[in-house]
Amino acid sequence: MTTTPTTATSEESENVIEVRDLVTHYGTRKILKSIDVDVRKGEIMVVMGGSGSGKSTFLRHIIGLERATSGSIRVLGREIADMTGTEATEFSRKIGVAFQGGALFSSMSVGDNVMLPLREHTKLDRMTMEIMMRMKLEVVSLTGFEDLMPAELSGGMIKRAAFARAIVTDPQILFCDEPSAGLDPVVSSALDELILRLRDAMGMTIVVVTHELDSAFRIADRITVLDRGDILITGTVEEVKNCDHDRVQDLLNRRFEEEDLDPDAYLARLTEGAP
Amino acid sequence: MARPEVHLNRLGNVLESIGRGAAQLLESVGIAAAFFSQSTYWLIMGHRRRQPVRLESIVSEMMETGVRAIPIVVVLCTTIGLMLALQGINALEQFGAQQQVTFGVALSITREFAPLVTGIVVAGRSGSALAARLGTMTISNEVDALQVMGISPVRFLVVPPLCAMLITVPCLALMGDVVALLGAGLYITADLNISMSAYFDQVMRALTVNDLVQGLVKATLFGGLTALVGIVNGARVTGGAEGVGRVTTSAVVQSIAVIILTDMIFTFVTTR
Repeated sequence: MTTTPTTATSEESENVIEVRDLVTHYGTRKILKSIDVDVRKGEIMVVMGGSGSGKSTFLRHIIGLERATSGSIRVLGREIADMTGTEATEFSRKIGVAFQGGALFSSMSVGDNVMLPLREHTKLDRMTMEIMMRMKLEVVSLTGFEDLMPAELSGGMIKRAAFARAIVTDPQILFCDEPSAGLDPVVSSALDELILRLRDAMGMTIVVVTHELDSAFRIADRITVLDRGDILITGTVEEVKNCDHDRVQDLLNRRFEEEDLDPDAYLARLTEGAP
Repeated sequence: MARPEVHLNRLGNVLESIGRGAAQLLESVGIAAAFFSQSTYWLIMGHRRRQPVRLESIVSEMMETGVRAIPIVVVLCTTIGLMLALQGINALEQFGAQQQVTFGVALSITREFAPLVTGIVVAGRSGSALAARLGTMTISNEVDALQVMGISPVRFLVVPPLCAMLITVPCLALMGDVVALLGAGLYITADLNISMSAYFDQVMRALTVNDLVQGLVKATLFGGLTALVGIVNGARVTGGAEGVGRVTTSAVVQSIAVIILTDMIFTFVTTR
């Protein structure tokens, strides 16, 4: 007995995520300026951008952690902002999120962490939950680590355990925040393999937010490049690589964009507020 | 030469910080009230929304905030009892009324000292720990993780410690009553040359049920307030490990302040 995800959404649309004209503010600062993104069923969509480009904010909106100023976010055919409490709970079982730092509960063992969504949302008996937990740990190559505490794991293992917890309910969409940040190249490419395997073996739709170019090019079916709250381009790896937009090329070639500097304005800025 | 605008500016700053402080206080009270009402909601409606509050998590919180606090509460309350007896006899001796000491000691322990000491101990032990735990969980995205898993953070993180403290603090205070009276008894029986049973006889005559209940109601209030102060501080953490340290400190300071102020108001209302 497993919790098979219910596949039939009301409309047979190809898009599992539809973001239209999304505008968000942090205080009075505008973070995202009119974003439109579609994510198709069964693809790996990589959202790429430098620090402060708004990519993490974008992710927090799609998974319902933040409320948008305006615009519409439809995930699995449901408008995020209009969901009631019970609907939101229902929705949360169909998505999985692997946070950047893992966000494992430090007071619980790895196994209990992975089982938590099952324990809270299903009426499965302990035995079944443990079997499912071990299956997912095996998927992320952490077999035998269920009794360790998160503090006893390395950075890469924490991320993999977070993946296991995110996929334990067999979600339809998996969100990953910076899966390779802070990891060495070997571990990070193992995580990339894992993401590809999840798509191929389980048919999951996966949204990855990252600033790592290599990883993005390796796993992406399509890439969206965010810059300062705007989308520069959405397309396949080839399309993005061949895009002649200056900022996209800056990002791809790791060029730092120099500001044109007016000496007088610079002096004025430095001496601002002085008598 | 005096520059009045400078003074005005300073006055403005002082007024501004007072206003800001008041607004923050009001905000905290509002957040605490929201947490409390949501906790009540989850306690009652949890089953219907198929997210019941787990009894075992309340029990494990009670172990932490209650059972593990027993040694320190026993030590402190015994000491306070002894000290009250000592001071009481010392003061009453001047009127030759040291025989009356039991009366004063019994009343002040049950109505005031046992609940107060227990409340402060729990604030220092568990209020701070609660703020630190929630703060750490907030900055490491664990609270977000709960939310996206469809697990209400209030039900999962707030209700258990709140319930636990509402239950354990009066229990600890009751125990504090007993050991403090015992501590006082040790000194009084030795100093006045009376037997322990005679002493407890006096205690029973001095106390009414009302005295005991007043103390325990106060302790329950202290428990709830300590939990809420810890929770509010933990929830409003910003900025990494340093932030966690900051909210932990302010949780302890605020909960002790709140306990003493509440004590004063409560005593004022009930004793006059």
